[in-house]
Amino acid sequence: MKKTMTFAAALLAASVLSGVASAKTLVYCSEASPANFDPGTTTGGNDFDASSRTVYSRLVEFKHGGTEIEPGLADKWEISDDGLVYTFHLHPGVKFQTTDYFKPTRDLNADDVVFSFDRQFNKENPWNGDKYLPNLTWDYYTGMDMPKYVAKWEKVDDLTVKLTLTEPNAPMLANLGMDFASIVSKEYADQLQKDGKMADFSTKPIGTGPFQFVDYQLDSVIRYAANPDYFKGKEKIDDLVFAITPDATARIQKVLAGECDVAPYPNPADIGTIKANKDVTLLDQAGLNIGYMSYNTTIPPLDKPEVRHALNQAIDREALIKSLFQDAGATPAENLIPPTMWSWDKDVKTDAYNPDEAKKVLEAAGLKEIQLWASDRVRPYNPNFQRAAELIQADWAKVGVKAEIVNYEWTKYRAEGKKKDRPGAFQIGWTGDNGDPDNFFATLFACSAIGVSNYSSWCDKDFEDLIQKAKKTSDQAERTKLYEQAQVIFAKEAPAFLLAHSQVYAVVRNNVSGFKMDPLGIHRFDGVDKAE
Amino acid sequence: MLRYLLNKIALLIPTLVGITICAFAFVRLLPGDPILAMAGEHGVAPARYEELKQQFGFDLPIWEQYARYVGEVATGDFGVSISSKRPVIEEFKTLFPATLELSFFAMIFAMVLGIPAGIFAAVKRGSWFDQSLMGTALVGYSMPIFWWGLLLIIFFSGYLGWTPVNGRIDLQYFFKPITGFMTIDTLIYGKWAAFRSVLRHLVLPTIVLGTIPLAVIARQTRSAMLEVLSEDYVRTARAKGLSSARVIGVHALRNALIPVVTTIGLQVSTLLAGAILTETIFSWPGIGRWMVESISKRDYVVVQSGLLLIALIVMAVNLIVDVLYAVINPRIRAA
Repeated sequence: MKKTMTFAAALLAASVLSGVASAKTLVYCSEASPANFDPGTTTGGNDFDASSRTVYSRLVEFKHGGTEIEPGLADKWEISDDGLVYTFHLHPGVKFQTTDYFKPTRDLNADDVVFSFDRQFNKENPWNGDKYLPNLTWDYYTGMDMPKYVAKWEKVDDLTVKLTLTEPNAPMLANLGMDFASIVSKEYADQLQKDGKMADFSTKPIGTGPFQFVDYQLDSVIRYAANPDYFKGKEKIDDLVFAITPDATARIQKVLAGECDVAPYPNPADIGTIKANKDVTLLDQAGLNIGYMSYNTTIPPLDKPEVRHALNQAIDREALIKSLFQDAGATPAENLIPPTMWSWDKDVKTDAYNPDEAKKVLEAAGLKEIQLWASDRVRPYNPNFQRAAELIQADWAKVGVKAEIVNYEWTKYRAEGKKKDRPGAFQIGWTGDNGDPDNFFATLFACSAIGVSNYSSWCDKDFEDLIQKAKKTSDQAERTKLYEQAQVIFAKEAPAFLLAHSQVYAVVRNNVSGFKMDPLGIHRFDGVDKAE
Repeated sequence: MLRYLLNKIALLIPTLVGITICAFAFVRLLPGDPILAMAGEHGVAPARYEELKQQFGFDLPIWEQYARYVGEVATGDFGVSISSKRPVIEEFKTLFPATLELSFFAMIFAMVLGIPAGIFAAVKRGSWFDQSLMGTALVGYSMPIFWWGLLLIIFFSGYLGWTPVNGRIDLQYFFKPITGFMTIDTLIYGKWAAFRSVLRHLVLPTIVLGTIPLAVIARQTRSAMLEVLSEDYVRTARAKGLSSARVIGVHALRNALIPVVTTIGLQVSTLLAGAILTETIFSWPGIGRWMVESISKRDYVVVQSGLLLIALIVMAVNLIVDVLYAVINPRIRAA
């Protein structure tokens, strides 16, 4: 009897769910399965593509295809003169998605905003710990230093929220545009808690974003439908499908065969094939990233800027970039931040190739041997650490410096590399989170980042004063000036060898319009259309 | 027979303990720290690192971590994925049918082609067919799966457009899984077009995963047949004037199949190992790909419990093969 019932239920579900997907369906070949659909709890770009950028919205948003902040769920906001209080005014009448597992009874209000952040730090909140999901770590909330800067979130009235900071922090607005700052439904959370189904919050998401979740077949397919109540207007495509395709070659073959409309991250080796195909377009953009090599500035003779400059001058950077990035290409880095980011100073240049000059300085400094670190991992900003190390080793040999290549697996590599007494030159890089220069300068070279992500153990008082002042200044023009000065100091002190900002690619079929490359590395489908 | 079975089961216990130790030790021998892997490019502050180590129990002495793990596994608790926060057993149950379905078709492919090819090569020993078959089998056995899979995709899907690139079914077919086996589910729903789509999607991964077992089965069948064909009873059968087909099909083949059955049983572990690469290339949502992704994320819980579950399956299959072997060959039972 029980079996008959199960079978009948399955057939009923089939009658509702089966069949051919409706008219305008866009298929995106994503690169990996999402860990889950709660963007506060995940860290991967593929997790965010599948949750925060489809299902959810935030108080403020990054401009599509850029890093500038624009209104999101908050129509407008004010920042107090002392930079400590942010008041957000919510867009009225924003509806949470209505699905077969949740029917909202009210519009978005300040309670949802307060709850969205409170759950990420307040240990008393039942959604903060094991009652919701085991071993939650809220990596982005802590990684972006939110516990340090946020004093409190308060509801002023239904459509007004107030954020008070412990000290001025200009990048806060950009932080609130990040994925972890997605606004979730408190009403939905309360309902699940009452029903004893809290874990569903991470598998059946409810948000206010352009698409609503329909179904996920583990490691295979994610399905979304356009949100009919989206506060910025219903999307032009009816259905959005993520076909999870981890292998890069297979992903591109799927786009070429018309099985997918959009796919990210082609192999550099496939770039030529893609360019030769008339049915698809290869989109590219300088990524919001930097590949570099940190010198430990505390260990002689690398504590002397002239030695670091000389090591930089000894490297034939153009040949190195060509060999590493091949057809995929990359923009040689002149500054720590990429040219797409505001405050990038075009007048600042890094060391030019000059082995003769380098040899003189290095001989005088008595530098004969150095450790040169490499790992096994392919990163967007450096596709082959080992090859880079071998080429740099050959260049340095020409100026009389013998480099010993040190290899470790990626996580061990970084753990060893960040130690204050790690010797030599350490290859590493960074992909930006929120388009704010602070996310590069302070994250990578602030004195407080020594032992965490400042692999040069470099602490320069002038540089530090500038970046800390810029962090506390709300006015963007003033911040730009401060960061420009910081770039001059960086170029003068040379705590690192700057390699390149890599190109980021996506392949799109020609009947798709409105898809834009995003400097933040996210893939958004709002505003995308497809011709039949 | 019962005593034989009990003996076999008793032998599984030390194997099982060995497997828990291996699964537990192997993940910890992998270089890389799960907490740093989780934190991503950001890194994690030393104080927070210690806090997380404690939260996940990585600060405990290694023997205590092992005791805790065995205790949990013994009560059927395979833990919760560090990355997805879902129970490992649930993920396994969702993904395993995909692997099983693909392995089943790969095995059918290997047997349907491998056994007749082996018989034919043995009967025509030394002929051009025999020599080319054995040469091809050697190539098949040595084939790098990753390369072979991509080659087939680029030629049949990309160039000729005959087969889909990857996945289990065309995306327009959308239904809730009942058994998890797409071939069965589409039939239950009565969706013939969807069923055909599933079969089309199975073609390339089946060939790729079945290639090595096919080579092994063909070679094993050939050598078993050659041995049997030189036996006295086969000569006697021929002398009695039986037709060649009857001698080969009835007298020789039935006896030659005994070692072949064992070989087929042993191929289950080859299939599960091959599934790791095949599933990655063909975006096949099975346990092979799940393990690969979990290793790269340093998801200890999934890797050690996944290894254990896979080992349990291989052990169960080996037990069944042993029993089957005893059933078809009474000499084993007596030994």
